[in-house]
Amino acid sequence: MSESKLLSVRNLRVTYPSDEGDFVAVRGVSFELGRERLGIVGESGSGKSTTGRAIMGLVPEPGRVEADELRLGEENLLRLDERGFRRIRGKRVAMILQDPKYSLDPVMSVGHQIAETHRCHFGSNAAAARVAALEMLAAVHIRDPERVYALYPHQVSGGMGQRVMIAMMLIAGPDLLIADEPTSALDVTVQHQVLAIMDDLVRRRGMGLILISHNLHLVSAFCDRVLVMYAGRVLETCKASELATARHPYTRGLLASLPELGRRRAELPQLQRDPAWAADAP
Amino acid sequence: MIELEGVTVSYGSGERRIDAVRDVSFGVAIGETFGLVGESGSGKSTVLRAIAGLIPHAEGRVTLASQEMQPRRTKAERKMVQMVFQDPYGSLHPNQTVDQTLSMPVVIHRLGDTERRISSALREVGLGREHRYRFPHQLSGGQRQRVAIARALILEPRILLLDEPTSALDVSVQAEILNLLVRLRRDHGLTALMVSHDLAVVAHLCERVAVMSHGRIVEITTADALASGRVSHPYTRELLRSNRGFDRSGAEIDDAVS
Amino acid sequence: MTDAVAWRGWLLDPAPASRRQARLGRWYRAWMAFRRNGLAMAGLGIVLLVVLMAVFAPLIAEPSAATLQVLADRLQPASAQHWFGTDELGRDIFARIIFGARTTLVIVILVSVIVVPVGLGIGLPAGYFGGWIDALLMRITDIFLSFPRLVLALAFAAALGPGIENAVIAISLTTWPPYARLARAETLTRRRAEFIEAAEMQGASQLRIILSQIVPLCLPSVIIRLTLDMAGIILTAAGLGFLGLGAQPPAPEWGAMVSSGRQVLLDHWWVATIPGIAIFFTSVGFNLLGDGLRDVADSRAT
Repeated sequence: MSESKLLSVRNLRVTYPSDEGDFVAVRGVSFELGRERLGIVGESGSGKSTTGRAIMGLVPEPGRVEADELRLGEENLLRLDERGFRRIRGKRVAMILQDPKYSLDPVMSVGHQIAETHRCHFGSNAAAARVAALEMLAAVHIRDPERVYALYPHQVSGGMGQRVMIAMMLIAGPDLLIADEPTSALDVTVQHQVLAIMDDLVRRRGMGLILISHNLHLVSAFCDRVLVMYAGRVLETCKASELATARHPYTRGLLASLPELGRRRAELPQLQRDPAWAADAP
Repeated sequence: MIELEGVTVSYGSGERRIDAVRDVSFGVAIGETFGLVGESGSGKSTVLRAIAGLIPHAEGRVTLASQEMQPRRTKAERKMVQMVFQDPYGSLHPNQTVDQTLSMPVVIHRLGDTERRISSALREVGLGREHRYRFPHQLSGGQRQRVAIARALILEPRILLLDEPTSALDVSVQAEILNLLVRLRRDHGLTALMVSHDLAVVAHLCERVAVMSHGRIVEITTADALASGRVSHPYTRELLRSNRGFDRSGAEIDDAVS
Repeated sequence: MTDAVAWRGWLLDPAPASRRQARLGRWYRAWMAFRRNGLAMAGLGIVLLVVLMAVFAPLIAEPSAATLQVLADRLQPASAQHWFGTDELGRDIFARIIFGARTTLVIVILVSVIVVPVGLGIGLPAGYFGGWIDALLMRITDIFLSFPRLVLALAFAAALGPGIENAVIAISLTTWPPYARLARAETLTRRRAEFIEAAEMQGASQLRIILSQIVPLCLPSVIIRLTLDMAGIILTAAGLGFLGLGAQPPAPEWGAMVSSGRQVLLDHWWVATIPGIAIFFTSVGFNLLGDGLRDVADSRAT
C-alpha cells in the first residue's frame, strides 16, 4: 500500500484584492509533505507565512485561496468552510507562532489554556483535561508542571512560553505541525532547546513538520528538505544537507551575503535581485 | 574616546529592584569599533543607552572625548554621540516625512544650510530625491534604516552607537546596511559601539568585543579570538557554541525551570 | 476629465516631490478609504446638510419667520405656506428648524474648540511626565468624571444662569474628562517609542517633543472621539434647552422646541416631534461620520 502523502499542495495561489490592483502573495506553489520536516525559507514578502496560513485556513478576508490541489490526507482543504477548518485545526493540523506573548491569552493561566484546548477537542471534563495538560507540560520538558500550570503568560519567559505553545498545539494529537518563526523572538541558547523539543515530539509522534523561517542556517540544520521562496514563488527545492551547494542564484546570493564568524571580508557581497525571479512561472 | 567607569543602572527599589547593569567599566579608543554581545536581559542595550544619555539616573562615570558627561546632557554633548536604533519602523515618527525627520536635528542645533545637509545625507546613505518626501510606511525596512543612519550622521557626531542595527531587517538587506556602515565609519572617522546578539555580525564590524551576562561584563576579547574560539569564559564558549547552529546530535533537552 | 486624472496621479505619486504633495497624498488616500464606507458617507452627507442649512439659513428661510408670532395661525399642521406647520405661538416651525441648526452648530463648535485643547493640555502632561503631576491631574479628571454628565451640566448652567454662552461652558466642563484620559493613554503608549528616544538624542527639548512628536499622534483619536461624542453634546444641549437653560426664547433651539411642544403633543404632534427628528438625524449623522473616521484611522494604523 502506497503511503499517501500527509499534505499535497499543487499550484497554490493566494490573492489579496485591493484598490490598487490585486496583490498576489503566493503564486504557483507546489510541494508534497510526508512525515518529514520541511523548511520554508524566505524573506518578508516572500509568501512563506501566507502559505502556512492558507493550509490552516487562516488567510484573512478579502484574501482568496485557490489551488489545483490542497489536500491534508483525505481532507480537501479547498472545500472547507470556517466550520470545517475549526474541526481540523488542532486535531489534524496545528500552528505555532512567533511570540507566545501575543498568542497566549493573557488573562488565563497557561495550564488552563492547554486544558481548554483538550476539552474543546475531546469534550473531557475539567479533571481529565487538567491531567492531560500536566502530561503535556511534562512532555515539553518542563520540570515542575504543577507550578507552571498556574502561571500566567506574563510570568513565563519566552522559551517557556514557546514550550507552553507547543504543548497546547500538540495536545489534540495533530498529524501536521506548522511552525511560523517559532524561535525568532528567542535568545540563541533558548532557540536550540525549543527546536530540540519540537524535534523530539515530532519524531516520536510521527508527525509532519513545516518550519517557516527567514534563517537559512537554522532551517538547513533542522529540516530534511528546504523550499526557498521569493515574491510568492518557490525558487528552489533541495535537501537540507545540500543547501550549501544550492543552484539558484537567489539562494546562493543569500548564503554569500551572510557574515560568517571566522571569515573576515572587507565587504559583504550584496544580493543582486533579478526581476526574473519575481515573474510568474511560465 | 569612550570611557566607562563603574556604570550601574537599577530600576525600582527595595525588593523589586532590578539591576540591569552592574559596575560596568571599559574603554574604547578613537576610531575603534567595539562590540557588546549578550542575550536578552544581559544589559547590553542599557549600557548603550547610558552612554547615549538616555538614562539620567544611571550611576557611575561616562566620559566621552575626554569630557565627563552630566546625567542630563547639554545640546553640545548630545551632538557628539548619535544612535541608530534596532527597529527601523519604531525609530521614525510615523507622521513625519523623511525630510522632516532629517531637518529636525538641523533646526534644533541651528546648523543652517538645511537643504544641502539633507540632500547630502540622503545621498550618502544611498537614498534619492524620490524618497525625501515619503512617510515611513512608504519605505522598505532597509530604506527606513538608511534614513535612521542619515539622521544619526547629519549632526556630524564623533561617536556612533548601534543598537542591533540589522536584526530587524531581511537577510538580503543586512549585507547592504553592514557595508554602508563600514563605509560611513571609514569616511567619517567614527568611533562606534555596537550591540548585537549575532556574533557573526559583531565580528564583522568590530575589533574588540565585550561579552555581557546578567548586567556584568564577563569577558573582553577580540573578534579574531572569537572567530578562532580562543575564549576564556565558559559563558562566551556557550554563546559561541549556540551561534554555530542547531546540532541535532548534540542537543540535550534541559528541563525548563522558569 | 484628464485634469482630474492628472490630479489623482499627482496625489498618489509614490515619489512626492514636496512636503505638501506628500501630505495631500496622504489625505487623499484616507479620503479614498473613507469613501468606500457607505454609512460613513451618509453620515458625512447629513453633517454637511446641517452645516449648509446653518450657513445659508437666511437664504433658505425668512429670518423673521423664526420668531414672528402670528397667534391666529397657531398650531397649524404642515401646509404650503408653513412646510412643517406652526408652533404654539404661530411661528413657522420650518424656519425655526433651519435657524435652530445654527444654534446647535454654534454650541457644538464652541464646545469642541474648548474641549480638545483642555483635554490634551491635561492628559498629555499627565502621561508624559508621570509621577505626582499625573496623579494630581488624573484625580482632578476623576472628580469631574464621577458626576453624570447631564446632572453636572445642569448644576453649572443653573449656577451660571441661562444663555448659550453659559450652556457652552457647562457642557464643556462636563465633556473634557474623557479626552484627557484618551490623551494620557495615547501619550503613555508612545512615551517609550524609539522615535521619542531618537528625538531626545537630537537634543529636542521636552516641549518640542510634546508638541511636534506626541500631539500629532494623539489628535486623530481625540478628534474621532469628538465626532462620536457630538451626538451626546447635541443631546445635552437639547436637554439644557429643554429645561430652559441655554438658548432663551424667542431664539430657536431644537431642545427648547421639543420642550414647549410637549403640552400640545397629543393633538399637534409635529410641534415637538419635528425638532426631535432634527436632533435625532444630526446625532446619527455625527455618529456615522465618527465611526467612518475611526475605521479609516484603524485601517491605517495596521
